[in-house]
Amino acid sequence: MRRRYLIPLIYSLFLLLPIYWLVAMSFKTTNEILGGFSLFPQTFTWANYITIFTDPTWYWGYINSIIYVSLNTVISVVAALPAAYAFSRYRFLGDKHLFFWLLTNRMAPAAVFALPFFQLYSAVGLFDTTIAVALAHTLFNIPLAVWILEGFMSGVPKELDETAYVDGYSFPRFFVKIFLPTIKAGVGVTAFFCFMFSWVELLLAKSLTAVDAKPIAATMTKTASSAGYELGLLAAAGTLTIIPGAIVIYFVRNYIAKGFALGRV
Amino acid sequence: MKTVNQKAWFFVLPVLALVAFNALIPLMTVVNYSVQETFGDNLFFWQGLDWFEQLLRSDRFHAALGRQFLFTGMILAIEVPLGIAIALAMPRKGFWVPVFLVIMALPMLIPWNVIGAMWNIFTLPGIGLLGYLMNETLGIPYNMTQDPVAAWITVVVMDVWHWTSLVVLLCYAGLVSIPDAYYQAARIDGASSWKVFRYIQLPKMRTVLTIAILLRFMDSFNIYTEPFVLTGGGPGNSTTLLSIDLVKIALGQFDLGPAAAMSLIYFAITLLVSWLFYTLMTREQAK
Repeated sequence: MRRRYLIPLIYSLFLLLPIYWLVAMSFKTTNEILGGFSLFPQTFTWANYITIFTDPTWYWGYINSIIYVSLNTVISVVAALPAAYAFSRYRFLGDKHLFFWLLTNRMAPAAVFALPFFQLYSAVGLFDTTIAVALAHTLFNIPLAVWILEGFMSGVPKELDETAYVDGYSFPRFFVKIFLPTIKAGVGVTAFFCFMFSWVELLLAKSLTAVDAKPIAATMTKTASSAGYELGLLAAAGTLTIIPGAIVIYFVRNYIAKGFALGRV
Repeated sequence: MKTVNQKAWFFVLPVLALVAFNALIPLMTVVNYSVQETFGDNLFFWQGLDWFEQLLRSDRFHAALGRQFLFTGMILAIEVPLGIAIALAMPRKGFWVPVFLVIMALPMLIPWNVIGAMWNIFTLPGIGLLGYLMNETLGIPYNMTQDPVAAWITVVVMDVWHWTSLVVLLCYAGLVSIPDAYYQAARIDGASSWKVFRYIQLPKMRTVLTIAILLRFMDSFNIYTEPFVLTGGGPGNSTTLLSIDLVKIALGQFDLGPAAAMSLIYFAITLLVSWLFYTLMTREQAK
């Protein structure tokens, strides 16, 4: 049976190798990086991290990113819940077309929308705010959220709804008190995916911000070009962007195995 | 099965309003640009369908489109079988299962430009671990900033590194839902492991696998940030995929008309292929 662990083990090592290199780099000085090859940091330094935590343009990048990702997750899940319920329980005029149209927005290349988004959000006066990025990211996150939630909701038998109505529950009370707790794993998985796709996206986030709401990823690209090529600093900033993701994975670790099937097994 | 209820439209309204605001207005802007010529200062001239005609004849567009299909084809051909194989090899329970799953989910939660930067640092000759191993230890000349083949391999390996886990996790979720009784029955019947895979595991994975392929197709076809940060589309134009070329035209050269026409054709191709997948998928479910 030990052979069973071999393939996932090799694959995991392959996944961890570039990440290790990024983390190792972040503890090296620029001289050491450019001076030659070393597997472990020889002159271990926290300097790169200290720079990030003391420079407002750096740490505000993180704060901005976390703000718009959280906003986006909340907006996407809350808006998608009733819609997913409608798709999973009812037939209505144009439902299939509507569902596919929603999905088409998940397919839209971000590059196509970058410029018109800039113009649209400038026109409504939201340019360079975190809310603009949060709203823009709903373009691909809402369709995904509706898709995932619909899968989980369809797995809940309709009898649950009917019994609740017989028991005299009103719809809003049924939805919040009975239905939501039943699909809470689905809500968790949906929130996870919304967080994930909003956190990793850069092109739209960058086009919609200038100074005040600049996300961390954009701060990094700016630094990479302007400050020569400070690999150590870049590596430290990169390492820090992995941490929020790692925390979120830790919270959903028990749902990963089943939840990734998006309720469709 | 489902009841007909037109009031369900009210449930869909918030989603509709948000997505319409984000999708329809920018899309109309793009359509508007695609039929006009501009010389700046907000002066626009009617151009008709010229941009579309020019684009469909242009070698540059054909080359970018060809590279895009090659890239998407390659990563699907590697990630899907590899993902299935790893999912099958995963232990079903035990202490290490959550550890593996967490490690596998990790690359997917790293911002895309960090992925590009990380692989850049990883592959730098003389500085990066991979670059050093290849050049100094193994003696294979490897420099992806100069050699188009090396650049291609690096971009593909990076995507395999980044996204194979999505296929693994989706397939694994399908596999763990198979009751043990199925396997016991197969063992009693003396079924070979190939038969178990073909008639028990594959059917159970079919839906999740379709989702995985659909997501991988859409996202790899729209890929921009990771290869842009890693290679900048180079050396030369060798790794200039569709999105990279589009951004070059739209924001680099500020040729709004051609860029808009290209956007629409690009979007149409993505839609067409995804629609084919979607129809096949829903047809399977309907059966």
